[in-house]
This record gives sequence, C-alpha cells and structure tokens, in this order.
Amino acid sequence: MAEIELKTAPADFRFPTTNQSRHCFTRYIEFHRCVAAKGEESGDCEKFAKYYRSLCPGEWVERWNEQRENGTFPGPL
Amino acid sequence: MIVLECLFLTIAPCDAAEPWQLGSQDAATPMMQGIIDLHHDIFFFLILIFVFVSWILVRALWHFHYKKNPIPQRIVHGTTIEILWTIFPSIILMFIAIPSFALLYSMDEVVVDPAITIKAIGHQWYWTYEYSDYNSSDEQSLTFDSYTIPEDDPELGQSRLLEVDNRVVVPEKTHLRIIVTPADVPHSWAVPSLGVKCDAVPGRLNQTSISVQREGVYYGQCSEICGTNHAFMPIVVEAVPRKDYGSRVSNQLIPKTGGA
Repeated sequence: MAEIELKTAPADFRFPTTNQSRHCFTRYIEFHRCVAAKGEESGDCEKFAKYYRSLCPGEWVERWNEQRENGTFPGPL
Repeated sequence: MIVLECLFLTIAPCDAAEPWQLGSQDAATPMMQGIIDLHHDIFFFLILIFVFVSWILVRALWHFHYKKNPIPQRIVHGTTIEILWTIFPSIILMFIAIPSFALLYSMDEVVVDPAITIKAIGHQWYWTYEYSDYNSSDEQSLTFDSYTIPEDDPELGQSRLLEVDNRVVVPEKTHLRIIVTPADVPHSWAVPSLGVKCDAVPGRLNQTSISVQREGVYYGQCSEICGTNHAFMPIVVEAVPRKDYGSRVSNQLIPKTGGA
C-alpha cells in the first residue's frame, strides 16, 4: 500500500456536537437498512459501511452483529 | 554540559512535560496556539489588576495604620466611585470575554471534513488505537495497543513514564477526527502540546478535531482517574510528513494484523 487515500466519514450536520455515539449508531443502521432494501450485492451500501467502520469501535460493531444474529438488536433495522 | 543543555532547550520545542516547567508546552495545533494567546491576553489584565489592588492595599495599610491614623473615617457611600468601580471591571471583562468566546466557538466550527478518523479506546491500563478508514470488512485493518514502557526499561534519552511501545502516527497538516471512548472505566485522552483533552466516557463516543501543524513527537497522559495504574498509561502522538504517512501505516499494518 504505497499511497493511502485519506478519506473518512464526513462531518454530519445531524450530529454537530461532541457526542458522536448516535452518529456511529445511525450509520450502522443506515447500512443495514440499505442492504435490506437494495440487497447484499449492491455497491450503494458500501459507503455506509465505510462510515460506520470509521466511526464505531470494533467492539461495538461485533456486539451489534451478535445482537442482530440473536434478534436482540435494539434498533430500527 | 550546562551550556549545551541550554542550547538544546532553546532549539528543541517543548512537547513533553519538563521538570520545574512554569508555562505551557509549545503549541503544535492552531487550537493550542489560540489557548496560549488567550492566556497571554488574560494575563495582561491579571497583572494590571494585581498591581492595582496590591498598591491600594499597601497604601491603605500604610496610611491608615492605627498609630498614624487613630480615628477611623466613617464613609458610608460615594456614588461616583461606586459607578466607576462597576464600569471599569465590566469593560475589562468585556476585553477578556471577546477573545475567549471567539476561541471557544472556533473550536466547534466545522470548516473542512476530517481526512482521517482515529479511535482511541481506553483500557485499564493502556490505550488501543484503531485506524479503520481502510477496512473492507468488519475486521479491523489496523488496531494496536499502546502500553507504557516500564520504569526499568527506557533507553537513554527516553522520558520516564511518558514513553510507549507503539505511538499514534498521524500525518501533519491534516484534519484529524479523534474518537475517544473507553472499554471499561472513564479515562481521558490528553496531549497538552496539541491542546486536546477529551474524556473517555463508557458507552459514549466523544469526538475531538485536531490538525497538527508541525512534525514532532507529542506526549500526554491519561487525565481521568481510572484505577491503580492511571499514572502509567501515557499517550504519544507522532506527526510525520504526509508523504511518509502511507508507508508508516502500512508498516504497522503488516506485523499487526492477526497479532493485535
């Protein structure tokens, strides 16, 4: 990897404050809702995936993935 | 030797705590420079007020000493002076408030989208850094732990209680978003030279933005009591030229994936 393109989740005007927990959660939900709407293979949802991976700690993502598998995810998927 | 040390201190910027240090560490971000400038502005008025109050106090004690002035005066009010000593402090406060609010609100301004997001996750008693902008799947692409170098181990020239094994490498002059959170108890990610102190609150992601203006190595320490080794989980940020950033991160990628 010689050149890394420097790009990350942009600042979201819906979450202007210091607390970005909701931003990370919203991006995660947006990704899964996009996949539910457009299908797994659609490339449109990749954008949301990149955003939530940038913002959310790995542990949070793992926990949510488990909760989704168990059907206990506390969010509007 | 002392002469050489003096020269060293004037040439090298102060990016870590120095023994008997009085002032701030040298600024490496516009935010910290703003804080230092505000401090100078306020300090000017502080000295003014200090000298004035001390002078009045000394004068009063001298001239109204009971031997020199046995009968005390019984002044009840003086309208003019009361108006003056209300108006003048208000004006001084205004002069202090204007740069202070300007700096405070400039902190929150989002001018440019950040280029990189780095997550600083506090544990008892070390930091984990995640650089996940390059992930193609949910597995972390670059995650590493940053432990302090124990007191017996540092090499010659290293700072005791400030050095870590893996530093946070960032490119200079780039807008960074740092997301701070802990995995267990509250911590706080603080680097004085960069003017950043961001609490790590369990269950919450706190965001702070910085843009390091010069290359260098910047030291900080955990700033929220988190248990017995709270004093032994420092933070070291290394700012490298933008063109070197890619290779530095890839070098860390290769040994760390599968290991961290």
